[in-house]
Amino acid sequence: MDYRFDSPASVTTRLRGVDYLSDEAIAGVVFLADRLGKPILVEGPAGTGKTQLAKSVAEILGARLIRLQCYEGLDESKALYEWNYKKQLLRIQAERNNESTWEDIETDIFSDEFLLTRPLLEAITSDEPVVLLIDEVDRVEVETEALLLEILSDYQVSIPELGTIEAKQIPMVFLTSNNTRELSEALKRRCLFLHIDYPDMEREKEIVLTKVPEITDNLADQITRIVRSIRQLELKKSPSVSETIDWARTLLLLGVDTITEAEAIETLNILLKYQSDITRATKEFSADTNQRRPGVPRTS
Amino acid sequence: MTPPDAPVVESPMLELLTGFIVELRAAGLPVSLTENLDAMQAITHIPLEDRDAFKYALAATLVKNNSHWRAFETVFEVYFSLRGKQYSLGGDVLDLPEADDEDQAQANPDAAGAGAGGGGGEAMSPEQMAEMLFQALKQGDNAMMRALARQAVTRFAGMEPGRPVGGTYYLYRTLRNLDLDSVLQRLMDESNDDAPEPMSPLEERLERDEFENRIDKMKKEIEAEIRRRLVADRGVEAMAKTLRKPLPEDVDFMHASREELLGLRKAMYPLTRKLAVRLARKRRHGRKGPLDFRATVRKSLSYGGVPADPQFRYPRPAKPEIFVIADISGSVAAFARFTLQLVYAISGQFSRVRSFVFIDGIDEVTRFFEGVEDISEAIHRVNTEADVVWVDGHSDYGHAFEVFWEKYGREIGPKTTVIILGDARNNYHASQSWVISEINKKSRHLYWLNPEPRAYWDTGDSIVGEYGAHCDGIYECRNLRQLEKFVDILE
Repeated sequence: MDYRFDSPASVTTRLRGVDYLSDEAIAGVVFLADRLGKPILVEGPAGTGKTQLAKSVAEILGARLIRLQCYEGLDESKALYEWNYKKQLLRIQAERNNESTWEDIETDIFSDEFLLTRPLLEAITSDEPVVLLIDEVDRVEVETEALLLEILSDYQVSIPELGTIEAKQIPMVFLTSNNTRELSEALKRRCLFLHIDYPDMEREKEIVLTKVPEITDNLADQITRIVRSIRQLELKKSPSVSETIDWARTLLLLGVDTITEAEAIETLNILLKYQSDITRATKEFSADTNQRRPGVPRTS
Repeated sequence: MTPPDAPVVESPMLELLTGFIVELRAAGLPVSLTENLDAMQAITHIPLEDRDAFKYALAATLVKNNSHWRAFETVFEVYFSLRGKQYSLGGDVLDLPEADDEDQAQANPDAAGAGAGGGGGEAMSPEQMAEMLFQALKQGDNAMMRALARQAVTRFAGMEPGRPVGGTYYLYRTLRNLDLDSVLQRLMDESNDDAPEPMSPLEERLERDEFENRIDKMKKEIEAEIRRRLVADRGVEAMAKTLRKPLPEDVDFMHASREELLGLRKAMYPLTRKLAVRLARKRRHGRKGPLDFRATVRKSLSYGGVPADPQFRYPRPAKPEIFVIADISGSVAAFARFTLQLVYAISGQFSRVRSFVFIDGIDEVTRFFEGVEDISEAIHRVNTEADVVWVDGHSDYGHAFEVFWEKYGREIGPKTTVIILGDARNNYHASQSWVISEINKKSRHLYWLNPEPRAYWDTGDSIVGEYGAHCDGIYECRNLRQLEKFVDILE
């Protein structure tokens, strides 16, 4: 089998080519997933580029992205396949006056023609290269997870009436999770695990510079430093990378060169989405830092 | 001890990896056989001289939970750091790189000094060293910081070979001598002076965060240095065993160290969210009601009598009412804070939650949690404003329950779930367990969560058994794992 990537470094370079800045962990795991033919379970706070990773990998591979958005109540008829019930009924009714036997009809209505493929089946039956993204897998119930197991470990789908359908090629598979619940051991065991956290300051600055090319180096530096400070506060929701980029764009539109306190506070609502968080950050930024109470632990 | 050139030879590598995985399991990480095999397969694809890639390959295959990352990292550092690039000192040529790999780090202060003194020579005075540290931090010079960390450990930690202590003591000694707090102050003063105009609070804060970040890095370097030397002194396995710490979900609420409490608090927020999601999920579970036969037949008329589109009844979700009664006396202080957070999480999720706290008196604290955004504020108000002391501020479950029954007992109905949190250490007062029995009769469910180990129950003044006889369930709840287990059965 041909491998898609030569080395972790080539993953980094090629991802950079589509404006996705990876780090060693991301590149290493993507590389390994290709080599071992295993799915990647990507976990981390919202807005750190989990979904974007799958999209970017699809882009550099020139593959079609098939996306299965998970939600509570997802079942196999939405994820795997479904028999086109109504069409089957029509077929039976049309046969009524003909002479065909029961067996004829039965083999007929349980054939490919009456099968509606859903994302998972579509991904493995596709001839062209695909990247399968199973988004927010933590939203489905534990029982529903079991649906994914067969496809994740063996890249095949068993349909009782048709038999087992095997993958024509092994697709890259990404599962994302916001970690609202513990995923089952069975699922985790089949995947490589990748935790994407908020990027460190240097990487975030690079991201801002890549995504907002018109920005000055100085402003990007200031933005990422402020964001880092905000993330150290105990907040309901820390600013995500996408919010950092939004903020950078806003400041650029406002024609700001260097961020002053007032400007920072005025535009905080782009970074933070809860009123209590905004109040908190405002207080923190306008207060004299020398008066920070000693012994109050900071979260890092 | 493993030979330093282990990665090149195959079987020592295998041996090392096996030991590594055994240690991971001992630390509590659930590493299955398949994952073990995956890891072995993964590293065949990775150039072994690339330490980072090696680390991530192992992490991706072995660690499937982010809260286990720290435990993994510790074990990894112990097992795979001897031949790490740290020893090459960021490209500087080191005269005696093997010096510390041998058993006694202490015996070779000169060697370490020579390697570290990239700009200062061997006999640096403490003042010179402080100055170098200051400059390194100011410029964010990582190589210099690493060198200084080595130097500082050699000089200040006073490490003695063969002493069976963990690294914390050495770390404390080193840090005390470096006095990083005043270095930070000096850094701040300096950059204040350097600024063309007085710094605004925002700028000052950013500057401070930057320096604090560098100082944290410095501390990590020192810690790593101490660990390397301890490993060299005492061998991989002994060291791994010393450094073994419980995973966040196994940390005992009652006996958590300060550092662990901090970690717990950090782990708490996602957990409470997780709990809330799970509680909500439980309620919505099975959203489809039973088959509505009549509606299905009615609908089938449009398909010529074929029931193509089965209809279901709307579910009627139960609207639970939850009463939480928590002991906040001194004996369960660490647990109490935790329970209050739990109460907060629950009350955010359900419309009808009432919370009560007691020591020897009891008070309703629902109002403190309503519409409050900041949990610490709510807890502060509970601790200062709630009227929970009746006589002497020692737990008196009997009296608290009696008052509860008198004041709020009639508000318990058949939809009410009551959760009591406490160790049932009653200071030999009257138990008044009839109240519990009455509550159980009136309520839907009555659960008791006890933060004490099961072995201590009903010893001394604990009368949890007496109360427990009247409860639907009584659970040991000492760590997040046990709490999650309880939430699973909670409806």
